[in-house]
Amino acid sequence: MNRHLISAADLSRDDAVLILDTAEELAQLAERPIRKLPTLRGRTVVNLFYEDSTRTRISFEAAAKRLSADVINFSAKGSSVAKGESLKDTALTLEAMGADAVVIRHQASGAPYRLAGWVRGSVVNAGDGTHEHPTQALLDAFTMRRRLGRLDGLHVAIVGDVLHSRVARSNVLLLRTLGAEVTLVAPPTLLPVAVSTWPCEVSYDLSAVLPKTDVVMMLRVQAERMNAAYFPTVREYSRRYGLDVARMALLPDHAIVMHPGPMNRGVEIAAEVADSARSTIVEQVANGVSVRMAVLYLLLGGADLGGADQGSAEAGAGRADAGWLSSEPSEVAQ
Amino acid sequence: MMHALNPGGADAAGPDSARPDTAGPRSARSGQARTVSPADSKTVLGPDEISRALIRVAHEILERTNGAADVILMGIPTRGVPLASRLAAKLSQVEGRPAPAGSLDVTMYRDDLRLRPARRLGHTAVPPSGIDGKIVILVDDVLYSGRTVRAALDALGDIGRPRAVQLAVLVDRGHRELPIRADYVGKNLPTSQREVVQVLLTETDGQDAVVLGTGRATEPGAGQPNAGRLNPARAGASGRGGTPGDGMPTEAAR
Repeated sequence: MNRHLISAADLSRDDAVLILDTAEELAQLAERPIRKLPTLRGRTVVNLFYEDSTRTRISFEAAAKRLSADVINFSAKGSSVAKGESLKDTALTLEAMGADAVVIRHQASGAPYRLAGWVRGSVVNAGDGTHEHPTQALLDAFTMRRRLGRLDGLHVAIVGDVLHSRVARSNVLLLRTLGAEVTLVAPPTLLPVAVSTWPCEVSYDLSAVLPKTDVVMMLRVQAERMNAAYFPTVREYSRRYGLDVARMALLPDHAIVMHPGPMNRGVEIAAEVADSARSTIVEQVANGVSVRMAVLYLLLGGADLGGADQGSAEAGAGRADAGWLSSEPSEVAQ
Repeated sequence: MMHALNPGGADAAGPDSARPDTAGPRSARSGQARTVSPADSKTVLGPDEISRALIRVAHEILERTNGAADVILMGIPTRGVPLASRLAAKLSQVEGRPAPAGSLDVTMYRDDLRLRPARRLGHTAVPPSGIDGKIVILVDDVLYSGRTVRAALDALGDIGRPRAVQLAVLVDRGHRELPIRADYVGKNLPTSQREVVQVLLTETDGQDAVVLGTGRATEPGAGQPNAGRLNPARAGASGRGGTPGDGMPTEAAR
């Protein structure tokens, strides 16, 4: 399973911490004169984007290039997909081109999972429908850990359009794995039906949650996915669930404000808040490159153990641990 | 970097091999700490010899670099890093001026990455002065194939442009696969490729020792054998040493 990164739920705590630690080392690269590592030389990473995206695609592209991988960008617009090619046929084309990893964003929840069954390379989910966006959750966790020094026991409030948010779903799963306590704050219409089964608290009152919150993560109101009336007016939403200066003052002094972007300034977050010192929004973008480098390195940087044979190859070799994320902090540096 | 631990065959159990303390206290970083099975290994350097070797190397560095004025010691993780700090401390004791020490992780530059699952990165810490125009001395525990040093030279080139690069190792065990030699050697230790050399340091393993054990045949360049992967189930199986041909997994099994 761990040849791919499809859901934040696939990650054990050790896996997640290893990704964050690796990203921490790779973040140093930004300060060096030469921001490139030779590690993935000769490997091909395909960015397969069926949905519009700026920061995620650029972030993955920068990450792959900094690791010296060859990057092929494939966007659905203006490609054979516009002519009606199915995901499977596109996947087989990529397979024939020798893609070692496919980074996929798709409007259909579950598309990366299907893709993983069709290609030999690693599949990285860069956002599928309203399902998951695991690398965003990883970079959010990375940003929290860098700013606040820990994740265990942190109180994180995720505010806004949870229903349509893959970021929220991945964050709830990952933060739970990493020991943080998550509270979802949203109007009842913007919460998924089965939210009571999620490992988190739910509140409808933002002002009541903020004073005991270390991290508040504002979600974008996803107008493009809203095909029904989820709230009466934007103004009413903004007054009840938007983060303005007065609400921000309710936060403890150390608390940070996050947003996965792109922002609707004046809707879920006031411009003054987005530009304040508490805001990590620009940092999140920079951290995204480090985290995605870590993911690509851990997926592609080691031995290609040949997919399904992985388990038996390991057994044959008598290895204690040979998964792509070997959690054992052994003498790997050697 | 180049050491192996495989407490395989018991045939090395000579009279001086079984030091009862070789499996001694471990550091807090227990995941990285090495332990030695006393039955099949012998200690070739003890704490005093290691200390003396480092003092001699420190003096050689001072001689060869005119008082180590522009010297930066870069340890290669894991065990090169504490060795670099120890050498830096000895240099500053003698010269009375601090010698900067850092660490240089070479994982991303290795040529054997695809032979094993992706591995955890070590930490790179470049002293604030940078390395441009300085004499960088790479420090590692064991020099074997030379491939780690090759990776370190590449890694160094991405950080800056030193005036000169030199190499200091605690143990040179021979079997080079690349045209690389050490400038400063704590101890030349002739070995066969079937032997495994293991450096234990107080900072990482709770004790200072260089241990020579007999393991299965190793190819020096095929990646670094790994105490962490020690499989106790194999420990008693003597005489299964000479099977270098069992494919790629050999190196992971070390």
